[in-house]
Amino acid sequence: MSTTNNGEYFIPEPSKWPIVGTIALTTTVIGAVNTIHSGSLSIILPIGLLLIAYLFFGWFSTVIDESMAGKYNEQVDRSFRIGMLWFIFSEVMFFAAFFGALFYARVFAVDWLAGGGNNAMTHELLWPAFEGIWPVLSNPDNAAIPAPKEAMAASGLPAVNTAILLLSSVTVTIAHHGLRQDHRKPLIAWLAITVLLGAIFLVLQAEEYYIAYTEMGLTLDSGIYGSTFFILTGFHGLHVTMGTTMLIVMLIRSIKGHFTSDNHFAFEAVAWYWHFVDVVWLGLYIFVYWL
Amino acid sequence: MSAVIEEHHEHHDHKPTGIGRWLFSTNHKDIGTMYLWFSFLMFFVGGAMALVIRAELFEPGLQLVEPEFFNQMTTLHGLIMVFGVIMPAFVGLANWQVPMMIGAPDMALPRMNNWSFWLLPGAFGILIASLIMSMMGMGSAPNFGWTFYAPLSTTYGPASTDYFIFSVHIMGISSIMGAINIIATIMNLRAPGMTYMKMPIFVWTWFITAYLLIAVMPVLAGVVTMMLTDRNFGTSFFNAAGGGDPVLFQHVFWFFGHPEVYIMILPAFGVVSQIVPTFARKKIFGYSSMVYATASIAFLSFIVWAHHMFTTGMPVAGELYFMYATMLIAIPTGVKVFNWVSTMWRGSMTFETPMLFAIGFIFLFTIGGFTGLMMCIAPADFQYHDTYFIVAHFHYVLATGAAFSIMGAVYFWIPKWTGNMYNETLGKWHFWLTTIGGNMVFFPMHFVGLAGMPRRIPDYSLQFAEFNALATVGAFIFGFSQLIFLYNVIKTTRGGEKATEKVWEGADGLEWTLPSPAPFHSFTTPPQVR
Repeated sequence: MSTTNNGEYFIPEPSKWPIVGTIALTTTVIGAVNTIHSGSLSIILPIGLLLIAYLFFGWFSTVIDESMAGKYNEQVDRSFRIGMLWFIFSEVMFFAAFFGALFYARVFAVDWLAGGGNNAMTHELLWPAFEGIWPVLSNPDNAAIPAPKEAMAASGLPAVNTAILLLSSVTVTIAHHGLRQDHRKPLIAWLAITVLLGAIFLVLQAEEYYIAYTEMGLTLDSGIYGSTFFILTGFHGLHVTMGTTMLIVMLIRSIKGHFTSDNHFAFEAVAWYWHFVDVVWLGLYIFVYWL
Repeated sequence: MSAVIEEHHEHHDHKPTGIGRWLFSTNHKDIGTMYLWFSFLMFFVGGAMALVIRAELFEPGLQLVEPEFFNQMTTLHGLIMVFGVIMPAFVGLANWQVPMMIGAPDMALPRMNNWSFWLLPGAFGILIASLIMSMMGMGSAPNFGWTFYAPLSTTYGPASTDYFIFSVHIMGISSIMGAINIIATIMNLRAPGMTYMKMPIFVWTWFITAYLLIAVMPVLAGVVTMMLTDRNFGTSFFNAAGGGDPVLFQHVFWFFGHPEVYIMILPAFGVVSQIVPTFARKKIFGYSSMVYATASIAFLSFIVWAHHMFTTGMPVAGELYFMYATMLIAIPTGVKVFNWVSTMWRGSMTFETPMLFAIGFIFLFTIGGFTGLMMCIAPADFQYHDTYFIVAHFHYVLATGAAFSIMGAVYFWIPKWTGNMYNETLGKWHFWLTTIGGNMVFFPMHFVGLAGMPRRIPDYSLQFAEFNALATVGAFIFGFSQLIFLYNVIKTTRGGEKATEKVWEGADGLEWTLPSPAPFHSFTTPPQVR
């Protein structure tokens, strides 16, 4: 199909990217399962990941080319905005599932295992020694699932990371103001600082994980506290990684002279995503580290 | 159906040819067609599994299949019918109809649209491969029921569970992208003058359904991810020994699962709300109350999930809350049934096949709704839980509910899609055989369920024998009468009496202003809606 002649609507040409995307995702998940099952890297997994990289590079290149060629009218721009907003909402719901698991474990599961509610007999018969204090530093069955020695404190690295992410939300906004006023230099400078802050966050998060594993006995398999801690911070870290990658792409495009002061949806979408990652972190900091 | 479009509109449209037309498509009609055919194919795959189940249950004792294989059949039948038949069929209908009904040229994000579709063969390829491997003696396909409760799916799940988990992830990505696309289309591509409160009800129900999808498919992804880590990386989400709780699985699953069942029924409400006014030759009764009722049902779907878990351990206050909240759903649903009946009241009615399916839907879905009301009463549900009564209930709402509406929708719109009228006599045969067969298979399940026959068991006590034999006969009538449907659809795509632009005398809406078959590009300039 072609673009309509009268210029009223934009409809893209037939595209190979959806099929590439399907092959890439299917290959990746088969590779991932084979890797998990065999315990050693299946060659299918890196092939799949390379295909995903090819997909993103190719699909976004097409979109950027079309955008630079001025094919997108206001209506297309609005569709992209609606799409991005609801994509972010779906991401919020993804995290909501894990926050829900955290709250359920803290409020109900641990309390009931310790005899709360009408579960006195459950407690008595299953693990009478279990005390049910959050963070759980003594699991119901400590022999099968060794508990962490200590809990992650809210001060120290996590506090520094909170400051870094909040600051990065400010710097990306300053960069955006630069772009809106067509000031290329502050745009590039503040965007670079944002990328740097994102990278520092990731390094510090890796440092925190290292300490957790080597010194605190806090691991993914150390019971419900470790499970919720690592699934929430882990998926958040993955999203920071994606956000930082997206910011790097925006930085490169800014240096190349893409975007105009009134037409830069890609930049805004990445900024929205970055704020979303920031807000999720605040939830994490309050409910995983602090309270 | 598409072959015919080509025949008649070569002069009008230039379009890609060969396999590339389908692989690289950015056309909402072609993608809709692929969704519908995929769903049709899966309908026969999932249906064949149902017939294996019913054949085994024809009489007490173990006859045809091993219990292990029986479990794989019930699991895959459920998964395929839910994720591979009903959901793709409705997305296919949305793809075809929503742009035409709101006066748009196509979906808002056509490339993403094609990706949404093509992910499905990938996901179901993985799932069905596990069954084929199981039949060749290599491990077992998923065997824990379509609800994949922990610890059946975690501690005791077969190795193929990990493939299943990722297959669900891919289906979820597909659904989320499809939903985002529908929302962007409806918000952004309505023709001038098409205000929200002028949109056809089918568009409204899909608009709301899309929000349900975006809200709950990520939760499903979350719960299967926790399964994955529990199975492979030693986490304790669903393991009490580490401070987790298997019941947590059910909470997260049903937080997805309850809105999911409305994802499968709200578009059905939309279809019936299009068909009934057409053949009653009246405007729909209570348009705005239809819209508000749909929104209310969608809202309530988020706060009732634990009525699926009355027997699995909850404080009494929780049971009471979920019981009363669930009862509330009867009110907006009642509004809808009342409105359909009132639309027919003193209408000038004719009973073409789509109308038969719509009326069949109203009757049979309402039966399923009433049994739902019985089950929401927590103390009564203690008896119904995990019996054939539940199976009867959800087949009345999904098979004779959602699937009936899909069949009705195909008969209703296929003249617009292909430019040809379907065979009315065959359509009526299809309807009556499906209705008789459907009631024969599902109605007796109420009785055996109330008498205590458990679901998902390949053998049963002697006192259930007559009803089960009857159900099996009904299932085969139901199943084989779908071949009439298939034949009728194929025949219609290949030719037949030419359909007019309006097709139905009482038809109303933008899609009926387009030629039949609808041109490759629906509206290249926006129509004006008064």
